[in-house]
Amino acid sequence: MTLKVYVPRDTTANARGANKIASLIERLALNHGVDIKLVRNSSRGLYWLEPLVEVDTAEGRVGFGPVSEDDVTSLFEQKFYNGNSYHRLCLGLVEDIPYLKNQQRLTFARAGITDPLSIEDYIAHDGFKGLENALKLSSQEIVDQVKTSGLRGRGGAAFPTGIKWQTVLDAPAEQKYIVCNADEGDSGTFSDRMILEGDPLVLIEGMCIAGLAVGATQGYIYVRSEYPLACDLFNYAITQAREAGYLGDNISGSGETFNIELRMGAGAYICGEETSLLESLEGRRGMVRVKPPLPAIEGLFGQPTVVNNVISLASVPIIMHKGADYYANCGMGRSRGTLPLQLAGNIKQAGMVELAFGMTLRQLVEDFGQGTRTGKTMRAIQVGGPLGAYLPESLWDLPLDYEAFAEAGAVLGHGGIVVFDETINMTDMARYAMEFCAIESCGKCTPCRIGSIRGVELIDKLCDPKQRSQKQANLDLLDELCDIMEDGSLCAMGGMTPFPVRSAIKYFEEDIDSR
Amino acid sequence: MSTGDTEIGKNDLQNELLSIIEGLKEQPGALLPILHNIQSLFGYIPEEAIPLIASTLNISRADVHGVISFYHHFRRTKPGKHVIQICRAESCQAMGAVALEQHVKSVLSIDYHETTNNGKFSLEPVYCLGNCACSPSIAIADEVYGDMDTDKFDQLFNSLFFTPAKAGAI
Repeated sequence: MTLKVYVPRDTTANARGANKIASLIERLALNHGVDIKLVRNSSRGLYWLEPLVEVDTAEGRVGFGPVSEDDVTSLFEQKFYNGNSYHRLCLGLVEDIPYLKNQQRLTFARAGITDPLSIEDYIAHDGFKGLENALKLSSQEIVDQVKTSGLRGRGGAAFPTGIKWQTVLDAPAEQKYIVCNADEGDSGTFSDRMILEGDPLVLIEGMCIAGLAVGATQGYIYVRSEYPLACDLFNYAITQAREAGYLGDNISGSGETFNIELRMGAGAYICGEETSLLESLEGRRGMVRVKPPLPAIEGLFGQPTVVNNVISLASVPIIMHKGADYYANCGMGRSRGTLPLQLAGNIKQAGMVELAFGMTLRQLVEDFGQGTRTGKTMRAIQVGGPLGAYLPESLWDLPLDYEAFAEAGAVLGHGGIVVFDETINMTDMARYAMEFCAIESCGKCTPCRIGSIRGVELIDKLCDPKQRSQKQANLDLLDELCDIMEDGSLCAMGGMTPFPVRSAIKYFEEDIDSR
Repeated sequence: MSTGDTEIGKNDLQNELLSIIEGLKEQPGALLPILHNIQSLFGYIPEEAIPLIASTLNISRADVHGVISFYHHFRRTKPGKHVIQICRAESCQAMGAVALEQHVKSVLSIDYHETTNNGKFSLEPVYCLGNCACSPSIAIADEVYGDMDTDKFDQLFNSLFFTPAKAGAI
């Protein structure tokens, strides 16, 4: 009997050696005369266990990890391929690992389970069921389902997806577009990459449903150039979906048309801002547009356009398959459904944790993350990427909920959680936030373009021992500068850079003097 | 090199550029795909490409220059044989990226955006490789490496470029 052995194909799993492990396993299987079928599945998101090798058994999938090249020989000697559990790297049934078991995987239901390159595998695991249901509904009925689900944009702004779709549906036009924002530039985030590499067909299905909902026949996905593997795998999935009739002029025999084209970004963080992304797609500098008009009215090439993040669109198939209520039943307050949180930075068990809204930050970094990787005391957590606030321990009991975070002057953003230990100097991080804004600003508005440079200079003055007597005056000036950036910038780049700056100064003021 | 050779070289370059530009010009928003294809063939955007792109897409040369200079990914000069990118973003900083970047700069004796005198290595900063679960990260060519520190960098650097078997590769 052929035994199935799984080794993930994923940027982080590969960075930890998965490609080498995969070829070693194939070679040793030949040497040992064992008949195996090697499947390159996607990552489960339990990254500290990568490369996580799994084998099929009667009880379920048994895992071994993290596997190094030196372990492969002993794995074969101990016949790991039979699911034998006595190897020291055996983790037992993967589904029973608490980190995974305690999650609510809706958007990532297939993560690590299927072969992302196999459309048959996708279909066998409930793939295209959401699309099938959507094809039976009118455009308005699809939009209503998404509204009822309570889904809000997972890119960071948390705008209700259904309302955005309604605006595009109601805008009369010959041509409308679906644009998927896969310019995942926030440090500490990788959930978009996991979908692109690990379950690309769910995103294709989600984009198709969005097209049906608003009457768009063309979709673009804008992927950052830092994700070459994701681009390759996603392009492969587009070809597969087209050949199987899920994209093209007659989707699933319905007579409906929808096509997708992948476009690569070029290393500009600002292109994650939706209007800048549209400029870039049109072949120009990624300069932010003034809103209104909203992209939903005048978007790509001047046409009504849905611009949604990867996770928003990838959450649509399960909503259409299992029903809006199924999704909306998870979560708290106005934050419905689940959010894929990404534990990164100085954290022992780094990875992706999909949870219903409502758990606290402390539970997440302690129960799932198990503290810092360096073993030192945890000091600050940045939630929501480079434009998110740095939170001191007093705020770690905040529930993960858009409104609760907003009230505390923080953002959930795209769900990135970056942990720092006590060795960090937070004034350095405040300076970096301004520096990053200066490097990545599109330059269209003055508060962002110039303000960020003045911000770096001001923080340097704050840290200059010769200017200690001016400390309060410089702090006041920095505060005023932050006000101007928040109030006067065209988009979130300049408008939110003050979040990490202010929080780093406010909660960790003592760090100024140790510079 | 004789003048004749240079002319032939120039024509070859023009032809290669034109075949890329002509092949993609009909796409809506064709400029970025064109630049990507040129850079993946040559490693950078040769100066000669700019007037050709401008006239084919019916935009000004300034427009093309503006787009190339806006995006960090596009370069106007030939890179070293191997491009090393170091992630400077927060997650990597939380795990020691600042010390790592100082080390790499001193090993290569160059700063960011520079190429070693022998033309072998270029060093570029990058703001997130999506490998934040094992920070700090670097990338060499399109290959991402995580859990870096100064020792691991030295090992990797030596094993990629200075083992006897690989010595011919640099």
